[in-house]
Amino acid sequence: MKILVAVKRVLDANVRVRVKTDQSNVDLSGARMSMNPFDEIALEEAVRLKEKGVASEVLVVSCGTTACQETLRTALALGADRALLIETQADLQPLAVAKLLKAVADREQPALMLLGKQAIDDDHHQVGQMLAALLGRGQATCASKLEIEAGCAIVTREIDEGTETLSLSLPTVVTADLRLNEPRYATLPNLMKAKKKPLVVFTPADLDVDVTPRLKTLQVAEPPKRQTGIKVAHVAELIEKLREAKVLA
Amino acid sequence: MSVLIITEHDHHDTLIVAATQLGGVIHIFMANNECRVENLAALIAAQATAYSHLLLPATAFGKNLAPRIAALLDVALLSDVIRIVSPDTFVRPIYAGNAEATVQSMDPIKVITVRPSAFERTTSTTSAPSITSSTTTAITFSSPPDLGLSTLVRREPTPRSNRPDLSTAKIVVAGGRGLASADHYHQLLEPLADQLNAALGATRAAVDAGFVSNAFQVGQTGQIVAPDLYIAIGISGAIQHLAGMKDSKTIVAINQDPEAPIFDIADYGLVADLFQAVPELTASISLTTHSITHKSK
Ligand SMILES: Cc1cc2nc3c(=O)[nH]c(=O)nc-3n(C[C@H](O)[C@H](O)[C@H](O)COP(=O)(O)OP(=O)(O)OC[C@H]3O[C@@H](n4cnc5c(N)ncnc54)[C@H](O)[C@@H]3O)c2cc1C
Ligand SMILES: Nc1ncnc2c1ncn2[C@@H]1O[C@H](COP(=O)(O)O)[C@@H](O)[C@H]1O
Repeated sequence: MKILVAVKRVLDANVRVRVKTDQSNVDLSGARMSMNPFDEIALEEAVRLKEKGVASEVLVVSCGTTACQETLRTALALGADRALLIETQADLQPLAVAKLLKAVADREQPALMLLGKQAIDDDHHQVGQMLAALLGRGQATCASKLEIEAGCAIVTREIDEGTETLSLSLPTVVTADLRLNEPRYATLPNLMKAKKKPLVVFTPADLDVDVTPRLKTLQVAEPPKRQTGIKVAHVAELIEKLREAKVLA
Repeated sequence: MSVLIITEHDHHDTLIVAATQLGGVIHIFMANNECRVENLAALIAAQATAYSHLLLPATAFGKNLAPRIAALLDVALLSDVIRIVSPDTFVRPIYAGNAEATVQSMDPIKVITVRPSAFERTTSTTSAPSITSSTTTAITFSSPPDLGLSTLVRREPTPRSNRPDLSTAKIVVAGGRGLASADHYHQLLEPLADQLNAALGATRAAVDAGFVSNAFQVGQTGQIVAPDLYIAIGISGAIQHLAGMKDSKTIVAINQDPEAPIFDIADYGLVADLFQAVPELTASISLTTHSITHKSK
């Protein structure tokens, strides 16, 4: 069984976000970039399935600029077998990414497609569901548990009211939530070995996919600032202040 | 303009508030929660061409369904919209709420998920429209055929308490890793929540440590809430947590570390050991009147 994992290169979760002064976008110049944390989890799950002998091959795919090669090398060091970069300078939006991944899936015929539930830069939370729709396959988002049994994926997913468990016939699309697993770290020897693993580059045109944006970003601004608060010395003062502000009666 | 609202069992009012801002005819479709997402998406997509806008809540339900509908229609989805600028232009938070993007859709049908907490504000000030008002019509579609792509094995809902629901509560008492154990979380926070008729919330660290189930997680990857009062106890204030609660009207933080980032956004910060401060707070509140006023927003 072949598994396709989609990984996005994003601003590292620990980096402070700065908005450009012209409000055109977030300023990423010189900032530390990482693999989207949910994609690390998706990849870890795929690698574990391979280690258990359930999967035979893990293919990682990233869509974006040449710099995504670095993210793909990390994925190879973490246990992926092959990498594919779909290289473009375009402002890629979720529908375009889903179409690119569908084109790859059509060629590669993976039985399972693992993605993160959301990319922590644009917070869209869309690509997995869109990919499943384009393929006409089932979807299980926000997975906290995944098992492969008799041609089906048994997935426990997190919903607002608790959890639910689904059975999906393969091929299918699963998106990873934080509790699915604890991803491993890439070791230096594995990073060295990853340099020898295959990494192929395509363009959207090679896959015959139109990635023209459907959404136009007019402005990116800082959120409204909260007024600076005060420190209170003890519980009695806290209650007094909350009463003064009519928060407590 | 014609808007189709697709929702499950909650957030009707906030979705109608958002739809009213778009103007025109509003239809509301209540999905049966036994219906599989693949079947539901196909059903809605087949009806969608009659509408200019499809509106869903940015809840687990809407986030699962909306992208699937949008892809079937070959249109973009605007997720987690917090403001409607015009019928084709919307504001949505990005980078865990550290920036806000104003985006314009070029597609013929706008599919949108709406962040309920962002539109609640309006609900309490305007006379709340409802499903029964003249501009809004509840509609039904015949149940969709089963595509057979997925089946439900079981549901394990978090046991319902008699506390208010986290996503709609006026007051939220939230605890983090500082509470140190599940026992402490419950022993310290429940009496306070009871005094205030508040919902309980938690950080991811608290959920990971098993203090409470994931249904209580507030943040970028949990629930987004904006109550009148949010009391953060033993919470450091990581950006991913702030993303879920920074639009609360009043924020109180109790933390022993004066440098904790939660104090940057707290209206009232108390640097103290929570094991002393929380029981004291609970006792002081119960000694005095129980009634809480909610300032209109
Ligand atoms: C992709 C991603 C998504 C995430 N999503 C979320 C999310 O949705 N929600 C979320 O909450 N987190 C999320 N996180 C995790 C987040 O980064 C933080 O790790 C988490 O919020 C920390 O939780 P905490 O404040 O409970 O714990 P800590 O950061 O450990 O803070 C504990 C605090 O308790 C205080 N304390 C300890 N003892 C006492 C005492 N006796 N009295 C008073 N104060 C005390 C300490 O001073 C400290 O400030 C996410 C992380 C990533 C990478
Ligand atoms: N440019 C990209 N390249 C590869 N995978 C992506 C890309 N964008 C999104 N994804 C995948 O889709 C998931 C959800 O992203 P999003 O819908 O953008 O929040 C991510 O966690 C990735 O697995």
